[in-house]
Amino acid sequence: MSIETISLSGRKKEVSNKKMTFLESLYLVAIFKGLMITIRHLFKRKVTIKYPEETRSLSPVYRGQHMLMRDDEGRERCTACGLCALSCPAEAITMKAEERKPEEKHLYREEKYASIYEINMLRCIFCGLCEEACPKEAIFLTKSRVMVKSATNREDFIYGKDKLVMPLDMAIKNTPTNAAN
Amino acid sequence: MNEAIIIEKSVIIIAVFALTMLMAMYSTLAERKIAAWLQDRVGPNRAGKGGILQPLADGLKLFAKEEFVPNTENKFLFFVGPAISMSMALMTSAVIPWGDKLHLFGRDIILQATDIDVAILYVFGVLSVSIYGIMIGGWASNNKFSLMSAMRAASQMISYEVAMGLSIIALIMMTGTLSLREIAAGQEGMNWNVFYQPVGFLIFLVCSFAETNRTPFDLAECEAELIGGYHTEYSSMKMGFYLFAEYASMFISSTILAVLYFGAYNYPGMSWMEENVGVNIANIIGMFALFAKLCFFIFFYMWVRWTVPRFRYDQLMRLGWKILIPLSIANIIITGIVILLTE
Repeated sequence: MSIETISLSGRKKEVSNKKMTFLESLYLVAIFKGLMITIRHLFKRKVTIKYPEETRSLSPVYRGQHMLMRDDEGRERCTACGLCALSCPAEAITMKAEERKPEEKHLYREEKYASIYEINMLRCIFCGLCEEACPKEAIFLTKSRVMVKSATNREDFIYGKDKLVMPLDMAIKNTPTNAAN
Repeated sequence: MNEAIIIEKSVIIIAVFALTMLMAMYSTLAERKIAAWLQDRVGPNRAGKGGILQPLADGLKLFAKEEFVPNTENKFLFFVGPAISMSMALMTSAVIPWGDKLHLFGRDIILQATDIDVAILYVFGVLSVSIYGIMIGGWASNNKFSLMSAMRAASQMISYEVAMGLSIIALIMMTGTLSLREIAAGQEGMNWNVFYQPVGFLIFLVCSFAETNRTPFDLAECEAELIGGYHTEYSSMKMGFYLFAEYASMFISSTILAVLYFGAYNYPGMSWMEENVGVNIANIIGMFALFAKLCFFIFFYMWVRWTVPRFRYDQLMRLGWKILIPLSIANIIITGIVILLTE
């Protein structure tokens, strides 16, 4: 078998330059065929999603905005080990660790915690490697449809703990992260 | 008696004018809807229920847009262009027989604004003037591309006017009259002209696509080669007038197609209805029959627009001069021979 006849997709067609017959050269038959194709589409189901009323369903592996989780007692899980920052291919995560004081026991689960935890949303590619790297199950990518809000200032895209940490009432109610936002 | 005629005619004229405007308005919506449906979309559905107020919203938008006039020496002509297109598109409806006659207040009311003997010639005359709107608009725009587009429109109009006129001659030979009213009356029963003149109908159909500047012959407006076409420099309602004129002329040419070839207001069983139910009701149904026919043709225009791609300019000229004109001359000869043989 020569290489010309191979068609991996099965859709290969030989170019034909044969002369059209009289009926074909009138084009009327071809136009009629075309009209029949378009009229069939008139009655087909429409694919439009009427946006504000309907929304497109998300893929099961959809990754939305990050959230720093709390445990059942409402304490922050993050121990500022820096593995997420290490795994981040875009270098988006920065953090600063601090030691927990005795009176802060109800706030942080481990003895070390992140006093500053920032994600640069202009760099983040939502790959989810931070989520995979975290040994304390502290950082999650939620199913939130709001990913990054638009802004005119670069500083507004650096999300600190005020935007990332799970709200306290959410931790108390033990809401699953999938329903976040 | 004289006053009665004046009142009757003014009512008909106003009704026809309003109908043409309304149809042109809703053709814009219909076009967008049909285009959407043919492409598996939903189309405009926000303004009113199912988008029914969309034409009003469009009109409002066009009125509110900035009025831009290019730096041209022909400001007057720049304004006159859309006005000519618009008025010519609306003028044709005067001679169309919308129905046979109504018997009201002891008088026979003919459902036609004016019944002139040379109605077809009048239609052709007005149609050929309407190209002046595009020509003047394109020329006064002071824009090379607009001018080229207007030239294209004009040459297209000339070449297709010839074939259109010749195709209608065979019909006139058959019916023996130039009056649209008599042509309509002659198609009583199912004696629709399309059965006797299929080739003539086909030529006329293709030519009316070209005359109204609709796809596949919309070379006057071609975003790929000439920016926007003859209306590149137009904005706000002047642009709206050009679009409106296109839809109005589409409505009129659909009506003429229905009147000339598809039996106008005649429908099967019309004479039976007249004898048994009454003249008025039979003729009102006739008006609706004509309306249904022309609506089908408007739909057909849109259907073709979203199916067939635009012609290339030389293909367009070839089709007009080398195919349609000889074909219509052959049609005349064959019709003449058949008329001679059957006499």
